[in-house]
Formats: sequence, structure tokens, C-alpha cells
Amino acid sequence: MKLRSKDILGIKELSVEEITLILDTADSFLEVSTREIKKVPTLRGKSMINLFYEASTRTRTSFEIAAKRLSADTINISASTSSVVKGETLIDTAKNIEAMNPDIIVIRHSAAGAPHMLASLLKQSIINAGDGAHEHPTQALLDMMTIRSRKGRIAGLKVAIVGDISHSRVARSNIHGLTKMGARVFVAGPATMLPRDIESLGVVAYSRIDEAIRDADIVMMLRIQTEREKQNLFPSLREYATYFSLNRKNIALAREDCIVMHPGPLNRGVEISPDIADGPHSVILDQVTNGVAVRMALLYLLTGGGNS
Amino acid sequence: MTLLLKGGRVVDPSRKVDGVADLLIENGKIVSSGKALPKGKKSPDPEVLDLRDKWVVPGLIDMHTHLREPGFEYKETIASGSEAAVAGGFSSIACMPNTDPINDSRSVTEFIRRKATECGLANVYPIAAITVKSEGSLLSEFWDLKDAGAIGFSDDGKSVMNASLIRRALEYAASLNMPVIVHCEDKNLSAGGVMHEGAVATELGLAGIPAIAEDVMVARDLLLAEYTGAALHIAHVSTAGAVRLIREAKSRGVRVTAETAPHYFSLTDEALRGFDTNTKVYPPLRSFEDCRAIREGLSDGTLDVIASDHAPHARTDKEVEFDYAATGLTGLETSFALSLRLVADGVLAFPDLIEKMTINPARILRIPKGTLAAGADADITVIDPDREWTVDRTLFHSRGKNSPFHGWVMKGKPVMTIVGGVIRYRDV
Repeated sequence: MKLRSKDILGIKELSVEEITLILDTADSFLEVSTREIKKVPTLRGKSMINLFYEASTRTRTSFEIAAKRLSADTINISASTSSVVKGETLIDTAKNIEAMNPDIIVIRHSAAGAPHMLASLLKQSIINAGDGAHEHPTQALLDMMTIRSRKGRIAGLKVAIVGDISHSRVARSNIHGLTKMGARVFVAGPATMLPRDIESLGVVAYSRIDEAIRDADIVMMLRIQTEREKQNLFPSLREYATYFSLNRKNIALAREDCIVMHPGPLNRGVEISPDIADGPHSVILDQVTNGVAVRMALLYLLTGGGNS
Repeated sequence: MTLLLKGGRVVDPSRKVDGVADLLIENGKIVSSGKALPKGKKSPDPEVLDLRDKWVVPGLIDMHTHLREPGFEYKETIASGSEAAVAGGFSSIACMPNTDPINDSRSVTEFIRRKATECGLANVYPIAAITVKSEGSLLSEFWDLKDAGAIGFSDDGKSVMNASLIRRALEYAASLNMPVIVHCEDKNLSAGGVMHEGAVATELGLAGIPAIAEDVMVARDLLLAEYTGAALHIAHVSTAGAVRLIREAKSRGVRVTAETAPHYFSLTDEALRGFDTNTKVYPPLRSFEDCRAIREGLSDGTLDVIASDHAPHARTDKEVEFDYAATGLTGLETSFALSLRLVADGVLAFPDLIEKMTINPARILRIPKGTLAAGADADITVIDPDREWTVDRTLFHSRGKNSPFHGWVMKGKPVMTIVGGVIRYRDV
């Protein structure tokens, strides 16, 4: 089996079989990162470009390490400003990159749909590393990989996603992926941060954290962007931390064996209390480790691997 | 010059005429219409056009276009927009003032009229700005603008947020017997949005413009129109809420008229999946329920006019990320065929459709157009109801190729546009 599309633009477009293929492949790549010599020749002679229009440390580094461990060449392009401000359009930048014949372009952009525009214009494989508030498919895949490895399954689990759902691409991609894989997804956040008609994505929405995390197998906390305070989406960080953070008290509502996840970077003491982030339920660093394996799997599959 | 239009189905809602008839045109005017007219009296050999199986209607009027000149000639010019107009069946168009400079002065109004006369295709009626530079703080010189040839006032593209100012505009314009055309959008509610707020926006992660951003402003302006007794025209209605509010206001006797655009009854926000920037327009493409309400509003007369909101843009304005793309779609050359689908769908009878594209906009703008009565200017559109064609944006006369309808298969097309007795477009 192989992937149907040349691109990974969103979880929405992936089938259950494709997700399973990616997760299985990622499981098999996990071991490479534990070797003494953390490198296999699989993608020797291939090249991957990281085209990042938005700041990122974790995701960009993870893609770069994934490519290098597969012996691909990697190039990082950071554009600190949008294409409009910079003067060259995204399409022109992308066509110039295409002319240099890389194999895979990884793009992060603040505008939803930017990777889709490239995918329709370029022959290369495009991987969406986050587009606006739309999708962040590799994050959802590494989250599903982490859940599957900890719980042995995804189907039937109760997952709570808590925070600024409106502006979260992590939430959207996870909602698509987890519901496809048979989990029940509950979202919670201030009513001002629950996007309209969110239930149409197949979730149950609450405006209190307690209702969402009750009996949850998985509690996924989202980073709160402090600038949302100025948009009157919540009154103050203090109030948010008091009523929407995951802490020692409310975690008792979740299942005793629940796991706590966070896509990072953490606002310690805001959406998650430090003792929970570092506590026994937390799998936050596993997520980071699995992120490398998931990205190795995608690079491998998109360059023709798994073709048998 | 004499023209005899023979044997077409003549539909003229201004006189409640619908039947096969001949139409005689002399010296730019309609001389007479009737069954089997004799040839012209003055010129013995008129050009005779055999219009059997064609429909003959008053020259179509599009009361909401953007011609981009002066200032944005790379998007459209008065000449290219006029070519698009007659190719789309429109003998008369009104153009919005959001040019650069804004049409808030006699000199810009006169410039537009001069350019339109020079290219000599369609009748072009400038709409001037309500406020200086459309900044929403000071009234423009309505009286002087009227004398220069403006036929109405609008700050289209944005709402005048100051309710007191729009009240004064309504009062002052009413004293001049001029319509005020309002773009209804509360900009605090719409701020940052790029598409209709709803399930599709939530899934795509694009910032939403809620329907209430329009409804709130429609409600305010209806109350102001009721209070002042002035005539109010509401541009590009896109929501079910606005249709309901306007329906209620009309039933109370408020002097309000309203228009919608073909994209609001032809597309929904589902069209934005795939991030095609040609679907980015303000007001945004709405939900299925809104689309249905627009059709009901057209059907029951709540919405008086179909206008294209022709908004041409260059490729460079649209071939960018969705968030950064310019808003609007080019409409003059698809407006009529899309509207004709309403007849096929049973929403409107054909004469009712023609009423909304001829005599209704003429009455709202107080221009002597939209009729085939004897003595009227010979502005006539001929339609081939059976012509099947495919929208090909590369063939548009407009400089703007930004159409989400590219590739749509249409039935029915304007095939001849006569302006002042002269054939300005012919596709037969």
C-alpha cells in the first residue's frame, strides 16, 4: 500500500488505511533514533526544503532531524515576514525552489490554504507543517502515534482537547484524525474560543474544562496565545489560568490512567500547571520523540517507500 | 439610422408587455412596437433584424459595478468595463466611487462621464461617495456632485459606522431626490474575517464574517430610513436575516429597495473549500440557508434588483494566499446567464427577472431607462434563450478574469446589445 496523494496537506484528506500505514511505518522508524549510529541510507540523494513563514523550533528541527537520519539533504528557508511584505509572492518563491529540483517541500505559513496553493502548482511533494488555523497534520499523526503506543488503540477512547479551539490547527487536525480512528472527541474552552458550528466536525463542545475531561483517557491541552487577551477573547491570563488550566485538582476527574498531552511550547502555569506537565501522566516529551519518527515515515512514504 | 427588429418575443415589464412583436427604431429612439410593423416612415430601407426565437427586452441595467478608473487601470478601465457591459447584455451601468481618487468631487464624476462618452459603448452613471474619501466623517458635496452627473451616493466597500452621519446623508440626499445606497457591514463584527462564519470557516480555519455583521447594519439603516422618510437602497444583500428585516420594513411602508448579486443565489460557502481566491468576496458567500432566503426574497419581491457587484481584479491581486487576496469577482459577463437560471429553477418568471434588471434599477436611480415605450431611448438587449455556452474567463472583455464560474455550462445568452439605437455588441 502507498499514499494516494503526492502531498500531505491535512488529516481531512487521509483515509483510515493511510493513517494506519503512516503510524505503522513510524513505529518501525522509531528504533533508528535509538541506535548508536542514527542514520540509514534510505533517502540518500533526496533533498527536502523547510520553507517556514512562521517561527518554529520544534517542528522545523524535527523535520530536519528526520530527513538527516534518512540521509536526505536538508535546506532551511526562514521567511520572517509574509510574502506580501517581502515583495516576492509565495508562488514565485516556490517556483524558484522548484527550479532547483528538491524532492519534498515542507511549508509552514500563517495563511490557511498556502500549502494547498503550492501543491496545486508544484510537482514536488508538499508537506503542510501548519497553515494558519487550518491543519497541522504531522502534529496530529505524532499525537495519534503517541496515543496508540500508550493505549494500544485509538478506537473507543475518550479524548478531551482543551484551550483556544478557534485558532488551533492542532485541534482541527486531531479532531479529523481521532474521529476517523474511532475515538470520541470532546473540546472545551472559553465560549469565545469555540468556533461556530464546531459540532459539525463530530465533537461535543463544552465551555468548562471539567465537563470535557471527566473520564477522559487522553487530555490534550493547547497553548494559549497571550495576544488573544487584547481581542477580548478572555478577560485576563490570570482568569484563564484559574478556570481553564489543567492542574492537580481537576485531573482527578479524568481516568486514573489518563495521559496528558501538549503540542508545545508550554505556557507553564497558564494552561497547564508545572507539576502536571512534568508529572506521571505527561507524555509531552514522548510526543516530541515520536514526531521525528512520524516525519521519517512521511518522507519515506512520499518518496516512494512502502511500494510493494 | 433605422432598425426594424422583427418577430422576437418582446418582454417589457415597464408596460407589462410580453408577446411576439416588431420594434422600430429611428434616430436612437423607439418609434413604435406592435405586430407586423411596416417599415420606417422616414428612411425607406431600415436594417431588418430577424429575431424569431429570440427574446427582446429593454437594455439591461447593472446598478452596481466597479470600473476601477481612475487609479486602478491595471484591474479595469471605463473602456474595458464598458466592453464587458455590452458583451454581458448591459446597456447601462452605474459605477461605485471607490476609485483612486475616490469619486467624492465634481472633477472625478466629470472625468468618468467624459471617459465613458469617449468610449461610447454603454451608458455609464457615476455613483458618488457619501463621505469625503469614503472615510465616514464628512459629507461630500451632494448638490455639486448631482449637478456634475452623479446619480446616487454610496460609500460602497464599507459602512458609514456613524449613525448620525448616515441620517444626515439620507435627509440631504432626499431633498435632492437622490438615492443613498448602503453597504451594510458592522466593521467591528466583521473585523479580520475573510469568509462567512460557519461550519466551513471553522473547518478551513479561516476567520469568519458573521451574518449578523450585515444584519445589524441593515436593521440600523432601515430604522434611519423609516425615521427620516428618505429612500434607502441596500446593496448586495447576502443573508437570510437581512431579507427578513427588509421584508418586514417594506410591509411597514419604509421606503427601502434592495439588490442582491448572482453569486449570492448561485454559490455558498462550500465553494471556498480548496481556497480558490476567486470565491473571496465581501459580503462573503453565505450558507445554504442564506442562499435559499435570497431566492425567496427575489421571488416574493423583497429584493428588487439583481446587480453584479462587478469587481474586477488583476491576477497579481488574486494569485496570493487566501488571507491576502483581493475581494470581489468579475461579474458583468456572467450576471445575466446566472440570473436566467432562476427562471429555469422556477424562482422567477422571465418578465419578473427582466423587471429586476431593467425598470426597477432605473426607477431606483431615477434614470429614464429600462423601458421599450415609444419615445424612449433605443436601449435594447436581445437574448437567445437556447444558446448553450461555457463560461471561459480567458474570453472575457473585462480585464478582470477573477470568476468562480469559469467552466460553468450556461443556457441562454445576451446576443445583441443596442445602445441609443446603435448595435454595440453582436454575437449572432
